[in-house]
Amino acid sequence: MTGTSGSVTSTSPASDRAARAEAGVDAVSISGVTKRFGTGEHSVIAVDNIDLNIADGEFFAMLGPSGCGKTTTLRMIAGLEFPTEGSLKIFGDEVGTLPPNKRPVNTVFQNYALFPHMSVIDNVSFGLRMRKVDKATASKKARELIDLVQLSGMENRKPAQLSGGQQQRVALARALVNQPKVLLLDEPLGALDLKLRQEMQLELKSLQRELGVSFVFVTHDQEEALTMSDRIAVMQDGRLLQVGTAEDLYERPGNRFVADFIGQTNLIDATVSADDMIVLANGSRVRAKADHPVGTKVAMSLRPEAISIGARGSVPTEHQAESLDGVVSTATYLGHAIDYHVNVDWIDLEVRAPAVTSSRRFTPGDEVSVWWDRHSNWVVSG
Amino acid sequence: MAILTPDLDTDLDLGSNGVAQAATPEFEAANERQRRRLGLLIAMPAYLYLVIFFTIPLLTVVIYSFGTRDRFGGADLTRFNLDSYRELGDELIRTILLRSAGLAIITTVICLLVSYPFAYYMATRSETVRNVMLVFVMIPFWTNFLVRNYAWYVILGTDGPFSRFTEFIGLGPTRILFTQVAVVLGLVYGYLPFMILPLYAAIERIDGRLMEASRDLYANGWQSFRHVLWPLSLPGVVAGSILVFIPSLGAYVTPQILGGAKTTLLGSYIVTQFLTARNLPFGSALSTVLMIIMLTATIVYFRKGGRTL
Repeated sequence: MTGTSGSVTSTSPASDRAARAEAGVDAVSISGVTKRFGTGEHSVIAVDNIDLNIADGEFFAMLGPSGCGKTTTLRMIAGLEFPTEGSLKIFGDEVGTLPPNKRPVNTVFQNYALFPHMSVIDNVSFGLRMRKVDKATASKKARELIDLVQLSGMENRKPAQLSGGQQQRVALARALVNQPKVLLLDEPLGALDLKLRQEMQLELKSLQRELGVSFVFVTHDQEEALTMSDRIAVMQDGRLLQVGTAEDLYERPGNRFVADFIGQTNLIDATVSADDMIVLANGSRVRAKADHPVGTKVAMSLRPEAISIGARGSVPTEHQAESLDGVVSTATYLGHAIDYHVNVDWIDLEVRAPAVTSSRRFTPGDEVSVWWDRHSNWVVSG
Repeated sequence: MAILTPDLDTDLDLGSNGVAQAATPEFEAANERQRRRLGLLIAMPAYLYLVIFFTIPLLTVVIYSFGTRDRFGGADLTRFNLDSYRELGDELIRTILLRSAGLAIITTVICLLVSYPFAYYMATRSETVRNVMLVFVMIPFWTNFLVRNYAWYVILGTDGPFSRFTEFIGLGPTRILFTQVAVVLGLVYGYLPFMILPLYAAIERIDGRLMEASRDLYANGWQSFRHVLWPLSLPGVVAGSILVFIPSLGAYVTPQILGGAKTTLLGSYIVTQFLTARNLPFGSALSTVLMIIMLTATIVYFRKGGRTL
């Protein structure tokens, strides 16, 4: 899981990091952390007893809808909030109530929070100046970082004179100039338009590989999380639902929420029956591997692209036990695929069929059968 | 005085002409002109009021300052001269001016020191708490300024609560009333809201994340204040300081009530010139100088921090 040990120029932090990585120390280690805002009756639990370990050099995303506690968790790592309970360690050192200026981490804030009264170079060198690094060194290092984020020549501009993308780079340089052991990013791409966002995703990823520093990244955009991260933590209502790679989350979601939140899926309510079979709400039995005891209410997750569609009765024999009959209700041509909605008795199934020229097309009203591979469905707790 | 009115008229004409010159299609320009005229009509009562009761008296004072005191305590306006302004170089005047300026500066600095933490606290509270605090800041305005000054007179008096209190805790009775300390105390009390409000407005507008960002970038509390909060709140500091300094410099009521007769300040001295010494030109000259100082300060305020209010 740990990323490539990067080609960092300055030796001491890098070798220090390497030594610690060898010793197996996690960059961030959170155990039993709860954060409660307010007291008594009016208290709100923002983060509810989570355990999380982030490896050194890892690109780690925290994903979830707004208010799920992901930002609060990030702020606790930064020291901008303190945990109500639990332990929080950065490279093995307990940092529970250490103020932010005493932690070896830096943050790229949402909307960047650049100092509006300072030039780009003053913004970038701020952290060094606060630590009393001498002026010449501070401005030399700041210039290096400004080069790194490709903003040379803009040193004396004020943040207001920069575009959104440029401000984002300044924020990145301002955090990275301090050589943090962990870089925290709070929705760093949220304010950028789509094209710029995709560019920055790739840039961030390659920057992270180059530096070999752990990036902890908060986002509500699942696609962003999937494309950039080594591992992703999905949060909901202050709880940590699942931590895993993009493949883990997409193909083997731990529960209904994760299945629904990551990508598109059809969730079909069912009951576990004997012999690796589940019974759907209309009484049809389909084959599905479930680890749950017989009689448990579950949901079967079927990705639209995992479902095949054909004329009624054309189900290949080996898929007889994983098929349903239905009627096409809508057909949307997407270019690379055709998106069908197939009405099967009590549910609407979304089916995405590749739009190969030779493949048969269906129109609304057509009677069809849909089937899937027995390994492509996934049963989650109901 | 009659010369002044046409002057103002041309001023107003210039304003509407300036708009007509804008490169807009004709009908839009006509539309704009009409709206301007309507605006002028609506603003007219205020214009007239200010001209009659503010501009004209003010100019009268300026004109009188160039006159000469006649034998009966009036002013001879037939020969304009700068005699009154020459008198300003007098040793006594300089002492009074410096004393007034000194007290005004001390008042301003104390107001700033007291208000800043308060304004910061207020700006960082929840909406509800903020509004309650704002009301508390405004409450003193509901009582007449003179009455509030007399309240201090009672509090600080020889047998007043303050003196009793210091006596009670073993410091002996205090005699603050009729000293410069009492004047500063009264002025700070009177003008505190004028410092708090612009400071609050300025600090409230600062994005709280900037402070967090500075802490994240290794600034300690003091450095955060020094490099982020203070420079960003400077417009409020300038605005508040000017709003306190100006009235403090020309204060009359507070020094008169709490300062007694021993320490004459500019405001009282001017009143004396008008009412007791009956030297109208000299009083006018003093007033004019004071006005120029205030005007300069106001211009600085509008240039630097005018947007805060």
